[in-house]
Amino acid sequence: MLANRKLILAHFWLAFAVFGFALTLGAWQMFIRSPIGTWLSNPELYYRSLTAHGTVMGYVFPTLVAMGFGYAISESALEQRLVGVRWAWAGFWLIVAGSIMAMVPIALGRASVLYTFYPPLIGNVFYYLGVVLVVVGSWIWVALMSVNLRVWRKAHPGAPVPLAMFANVAGSYLWAWTAVGAALELLLQIIPVAAGLKNTIDAGLARVFFSWTLHAIVYFWLMPTYIAYYTIVPRAIGGRVYSDSMARISFILFLVVAMPIGMHHTFADPQVGAGFKFVHSAFTALVALPTLLTVFTICASIEIAARLRGGRGMFGWTRALPWDNPMMLALAFSFVMLGFGGAGGLINMSYQLDASIHNTQWITGHFHLIFGGAIVIMYFAIAYDLWPHLTGRELIDIRLIRTQLWLWFIGMIVTTFPWHWVGILGMPRRMAYFDFGDPAIAPQALSVTFSAIGGFILLTSGIMFIVVLARGMRAPLVDAGPYRFAIAVHQPTTVPVALNTHALWVALMIVLTLTNYGYPILTLATTEGTSVPAVYVGAQ
Amino acid sequence: MSSEDAHRSVEIAARVERRWATIAVIIVVGMALLAAFAGIHRATMPQPRVEITDPSRIHLSGEFVESNLGSVLEANGNVTVRAIGQQYSFTPACIVVPADTPITLRATSADVVHGILIQGTNVNTMLVPGYVSEQLMRFTRTGDYLMPCQEFCSFGHEGMWGKVKVIDKTDFANRAKAGGRLSCVGQ
Repeated sequence: MLANRKLILAHFWLAFAVFGFALTLGAWQMFIRSPIGTWLSNPELYYRSLTAHGTVMGYVFPTLVAMGFGYAISESALEQRLVGVRWAWAGFWLIVAGSIMAMVPIALGRASVLYTFYPPLIGNVFYYLGVVLVVVGSWIWVALMSVNLRVWRKAHPGAPVPLAMFANVAGSYLWAWTAVGAALELLLQIIPVAAGLKNTIDAGLARVFFSWTLHAIVYFWLMPTYIAYYTIVPRAIGGRVYSDSMARISFILFLVVAMPIGMHHTFADPQVGAGFKFVHSAFTALVALPTLLTVFTICASIEIAARLRGGRGMFGWTRALPWDNPMMLALAFSFVMLGFGGAGGLINMSYQLDASIHNTQWITGHFHLIFGGAIVIMYFAIAYDLWPHLTGRELIDIRLIRTQLWLWFIGMIVTTFPWHWVGILGMPRRMAYFDFGDPAIAPQALSVTFSAIGGFILLTSGIMFIVVLARGMRAPLVDAGPYRFAIAVHQPTTVPVALNTHALWVALMIVLTLTNYGYPILTLATTEGTSVPAVYVGAQ
Repeated sequence: MSSEDAHRSVEIAARVERRWATIAVIIVVGMALLAAFAGIHRATMPQPRVEITDPSRIHLSGEFVESNLGSVLEANGNVTVRAIGQQYSFTPACIVVPADTPITLRATSADVVHGILIQGTNVNTMLVPGYVSEQLMRFTRTGDYLMPCQEFCSFGHEGMWGKVKVIDKTDFANRAKAGGRLSCVGQ
């Protein structure tokens, strides 16, 4: 039984509460700019909502899930009480304080700069300070994960680190380093201007700093999902992990190559030269590798489960899978969305194809499908799987859980497929209003309407998710037993040092970041005359 | 299972896995090579060079003063279009260009980050204040194209839509005879 259930539950409940809030805003945004909504007479309200939606979904929600899940992994995989519980609570409260500090100026309309900041637009300084507090709170978690692993290693010299913890710590290091880009942008560039100490800013340099964070943050969001693929799904459906070493290699690859690729977000930017754009494009292709390896290993792992259940034939075994098991359902939906989203991602990172969809609704469709779809549906599955161990109560609404997962999948497809399509038609992002009466825009009206309906399906599913968890707090008591992770077909007794430690890979991650970002950042930072006047948002 | 069987099954598992890893690496390397080939051979690539400009002075002197904005027919028959984005419009708001002609778009921002996207084409670039964006383009079809700002530029962003009017090559040449910079105005 997990010792610090209150701590973990606090993280999950806060995560899902803010998720519900941001999901509601998202559904409203889809509606209000669609042909079935009416013209919002004050478009500024839309951008307020958009800033809140992005800030919560990008910085607060996934971070809290990773943290809560990380603490649960540390306690259960290492079978050791969490070291530094007080620090963990301090990190939690920092996130609470930071979120409130950021949300107040957003609600007042003083920070409608979107979660991607976009200097030289400058909002209220407390918005940025709030985001910094959230990140600092999460860095405490990073340190704790490292400390807990170290304590365990001392007690178990040379023993293979359990896969779940190995991956969890890799994810935490990835986050610590990827957050540095936005932290540099905030501390060196934006906050001095927002605080009134300076009034000019280099917008090009800021975009490069942000791209450092913007891509790898996605892999940080992805980590809990991949950990669930490898260490929860096979156990939950009665299978084994096909290969423990390949799993470790995949997480190492994420750690190393997720970082130095962010400039594919700046292909259309004038402040980066073609050479580095190409380097980042090639490295982005490389990040497909751990996903391709994962898809293979997980499919093989579930095939093992199916064959153990009597499945036969080349593909006939798929019929023997436990399709009524929520974990199986979530995994299948997640893979379908990962497949479509991943294919779209290859287009985005392409040196040539990106130009036809850059900053169109295609991009919004893409990351909602990957993050909101493939990743978040596994967050649901993780919560369902952990809940009895956190509450000591049984989750009784299995049918409701299945309906919820189905609705999330259907809602995500109905929302994002038309969203991709209007992007191909050239519909720009982040607009509060479209004139569907214009003959050139009218053909997009039907697709946008579908997306808006999909948004409401997602909202319904989100409410059902919270209802299931809330009812789980009052369900009959049950002894869930210890929380276990999947074991491999050939459970390792010894693991090469390179696959059992992170130091080498963290060093490689830092070196690759410096080679891929060092020169562009240095050149931009030392070029005179690129700072431009700040434009304050919401100033009266 | 005897230890020998176990040993064999480990070997088979590892072999299958290696095969897939090799395929995955080939896919990845293939994609990168394809991009490199298309970039070098067909010269399709994002903007290669970095040029800077001072947005607080662009209206006073240099390439982006108001009298120099719009389309101009160069001596070699190519066309250069100069434009700026500012909250919340483009200047010129309607760009006129000839069909079947190599065109260079040079643009920048006078205040915050904007973007230019011409619908139905792959012309798509960011306008970052302090830097000059350059795009090569060529239209094969005459007609009107919408040109929205594709980047959030504050509260009026949803109203920032420009237009591109592509006209016949000879019409454009006739209009260009009078000299000056062309836009849809006076058409």
